[in-house]
Amino acid sequence: MSLGNIFDIAGSGMTAQSLRLNTTASNIANAETASSSTETTYRARKPVFAAIQQSMLNPGQQAFGSSGDQGPGAGVKVEGIVESDAELQMRYEPNHPAANEDGYVYYPNVNVVEEMADMMSSSRSFQMNVDVMNATKSMMQRVLTLGQQ
Amino acid sequence: MAISFDNALGIHEHALQARVKRAEVLANNLANADTPGYKARDIDFQAMMQKAQNSMSGFNMSTTNSGHMDTSSPGADGDLLYRTPNQPSIDGNTVEAQSEQTRFMRNAMDYQASFEFLSSKFAGLKKALKGE
Repeated sequence: MSLGNIFDIAGSGMTAQSLRLNTTASNIANAETASSSTETTYRARKPVFAAIQQSMLNPGQQAFGSSGDQGPGAGVKVEGIVESDAELQMRYEPNHPAANEDGYVYYPNVNVVEEMADMMSSSRSFQMNVDVMNATKSMMQRVLTLGQQ
Repeated sequence: MAISFDNALGIHEHALQARVKRAEVLANNLANADTPGYKARDIDFQAMMQKAQNSMSGFNMSTTNSGHMDTSSPGADGDLLYRTPNQPSIDGNTVEAQSEQTRFMRNAMDYQASFEFLSSKFAGLKKALKGE
């Protein structure tokens, strides 16, 4: 239990949010990537977040006087990245070079509006973690001045 | 007569430790603001302080028999309690980022206040030792 842990927690939050921003960027960039079959079409990617419990990090080392799951937690982790199973968009574009014999091309199931909202949410959350880190930094700096005046 | 740091520094040392713990818990809430199913947690600062104050003044209730009931409130040992959300979200997450953020900032300010008190205690001790 120390202020140093907060840097790790805020850091894990920033890592997770920047990864989310990364997937959003990839989704938006590939929103118009057409292809001729359903297998090769790009699908929207989403990160899965999960909370890290402290007891998982160092089993057997519980905080003094506490029982069970009483640690403050150790931040957030990205469990993995899943591809969305929403339906792909099928468009009739016979002049498209990737069109199949029926003249259809497949567009990714990326919802650009959703991605934009996701982008705002993740950049706000990122900022929030930066604020936490800055506040902790000034708290630590004050501790270093203990007994100086 | 030896100097007892516990008596000289008073409750502020406990307060500072509790503030650090609370900062950690709140930071964790904020880091998990987008984690599905995560439940926001907090510690009961007031109950913790009450207990520390009672144990310092020597007037706390002791349980000497297994039949005695614990009269302290559930959060007095610094256990983490779950927050009741105002607007629970559909993915089961109960972190309300704005209110957590204000709580974190408030906690940081209170930490500074506790720190100032502790610092002035040390300044007082120094003055006493110098005898100026």
